[in-house]
Amino acid sequence: MFRTRFTRRLPAAVAVAGLALAAAACGGESSNNSAASAPATTAAQLNPQADLSKQSVTITVWDGYTPKELPEKAKAALKISNIEIGLHDTNEKAMAKLTASGDSGVDVAFVSGQYAQALNDAGLLEPIHPELIPNLANLYPEATQLSYDKGNKFSVPYTWGTTGLCYRKDLLKATPTSWNDLLNPPAEAVKKVTMMTTERWLALPAIKALGLSVNTDKDEDIAKVKELLLKAKPNLLGYDDLTFGEKLKSGEAVMVEAWDGWCPTSEKNIGWVVPKEGSDLWVDTMVIMKSSKNKEAAHALINYILDPEIHSWAAANIGYKVPNKAAMDKVEIPAGSLLGITPAELLQGESIIDLGEAATKYTRLASEVAAQQ
Amino acid sequence: MTRTSRPRRTATRWLSGAAFLGPGLIYLIVLMLIPLALVLGYTVFQRGRFGGIVYEFTTENFARLIDPLYLDVVLDSLKLATITTVIALLLGYPTAYVIANLPRKWKTIALVAVVLPFWTSFIIRMYALTILMSGPGLINSLLGTEFELLYNEGAIVVGLLYSYLPLMVLPLYSSIERLDPQLLEASANLGASRATTFRRVTLPLTLPGAMTGALFVFVPSFGNFVIPELLGGGKSLMVGNLIQTEFLKARDWPFGSTLALALIAVLLVLLLVQARVARRA
Repeated sequence: MFRTRFTRRLPAAVAVAGLALAAAACGGESSNNSAASAPATTAAQLNPQADLSKQSVTITVWDGYTPKELPEKAKAALKISNIEIGLHDTNEKAMAKLTASGDSGVDVAFVSGQYAQALNDAGLLEPIHPELIPNLANLYPEATQLSYDKGNKFSVPYTWGTTGLCYRKDLLKATPTSWNDLLNPPAEAVKKVTMMTTERWLALPAIKALGLSVNTDKDEDIAKVKELLLKAKPNLLGYDDLTFGEKLKSGEAVMVEAWDGWCPTSEKNIGWVVPKEGSDLWVDTMVIMKSSKNKEAAHALINYILDPEIHSWAAANIGYKVPNKAAMDKVEIPAGSLLGITPAELLQGESIIDLGEAATKYTRLASEVAAQQ
Repeated sequence: MTRTSRPRRTATRWLSGAAFLGPGLIYLIVLMLIPLALVLGYTVFQRGRFGGIVYEFTTENFARLIDPLYLDVVLDSLKLATITTVIALLLGYPTAYVIANLPRKWKTIALVAVVLPFWTSFIIRMYALTILMSGPGLINSLLGTEFELLYNEGAIVVGLLYSYLPLMVLPLYSSIERLDPQLLEASANLGASRATTFRRVTLPLTLPGAMTGALFVFVPSFGNFVIPELLGGGKSLMVGNLIQTEFLKARDWPFGSTLALALIAVLLVLLLVQARVARRA
């Protein structure tokens, strides 16, 4: 069904919309240097009728983040000559791959929102040509207004979520409500709480407890955050990005800072709360590299992934919410599952943006906190 | 006759030398010397915002080395690696001594037992240790105690020691085993007690083995970054973690390279000391 809709709609829509958008893109808002420095590829120059069988797409993505059979199915559906999947395990490794000199050979990359923003600032991203991705209409309206990329100009959201406290209902006397419950844990949780190691999330509990912005780059703010984090350190079990769910299940930890998709709420004793001071909103996105020689096929592939049938896979199988209304409508949400968090609730979180040079302040903060004995 | 055939013989010797050494040399040059040269070169340039290198000369990376934050991390790593090495020496020497004096059959079994842990992946062994040592883990549940065994510097030393102790035992074993028993007999004949013989004969002659073992333990301990993260709970930083952070998280390749260079420099000094001791013995 999707396949026929895609091919029939495309040619007509593109001729009109493409030109209109190209004009718009060159005119008003594109004051950023990417559009200015490389005007060679504007929206009008992609050929919607390009022979996709002459193009092949290389993707870089986190392991297990897309369905295993995606390359085969997409290849057959879109008649793309070949789809190659490469893996990265962190945003940083993806950035290393994508920013290495010259053509990385990658056409479509999966990176978090603030990294997409950084790539775009560096002029490495192809603007998204919405006329080639009719399935953008499936997105929640909220998903087109994300602060790192309002209007999905250079990125298409794939999954989104927030950060909160994941805890053992049976081992805590009271339900945690505040980041301070993590930073200054109750007696039964002392030495049984974990925080994350990745800089921005390491800082998040203290930032929010202090009522600051997750994107603050003021030295005096960061000094206050550091002080609070150092005060919290003696009460920690450890810093953990990967196995906090396991630690919670085994009872080694009773409360952990966690991404919603990683909190094992399917266990009956494990609960989840977004602290009252607020939290972040993280988004993992798909971007198309400016260096890609297969841009039409890359757009077609993203359009294919936004099909509810495909996109709902991530929610149903890896427990991440997807910003795709049509896809979420297809997913059966078990009681208590964090998939039930609504877009409106999510958007109360503050979206993390790239801080440019100031990012080093957070790296230093993380080193200082970790090194302190 | 001999005179004329000599050049040809040297040529064949060169050829066979090249055939034997060539692959290894190419491997070393491509995977060791070239990356090392790159690391060296990166230290004098600036970081690119998204990683990589901006080719503008700077000495700032070296100035940052004396920042107390990084100095503390280096000192802490030195401390942990030194403690590990000393304990490894204290545990490894008697072990190697006993193994060297076992009957032949048992010797082989004992040596296989020493290297046995290497047959399993390092990461798996570290995770096994966390299961053993964690709060509700095996040790605490067997003893009915609530010791905090994991996620502190002690746990890091335990992990380092467990990982690298075999590297101490093996060189010590080979130097103790090679010890000429006649020397010990001579020492006894000349009236030395067993303690004096050990102190004046055995110990000096096995010192190079001990130095090699110490180096084998110290070097990987000093630069380790997996163990502080898994067993130390991320609550301590070692030089290895710092380098990893600079390359992967901070995307500051030049400073990461400078830290790596500092690490190499410390280890080179140790190697020179070891070489000197070995030559004197």
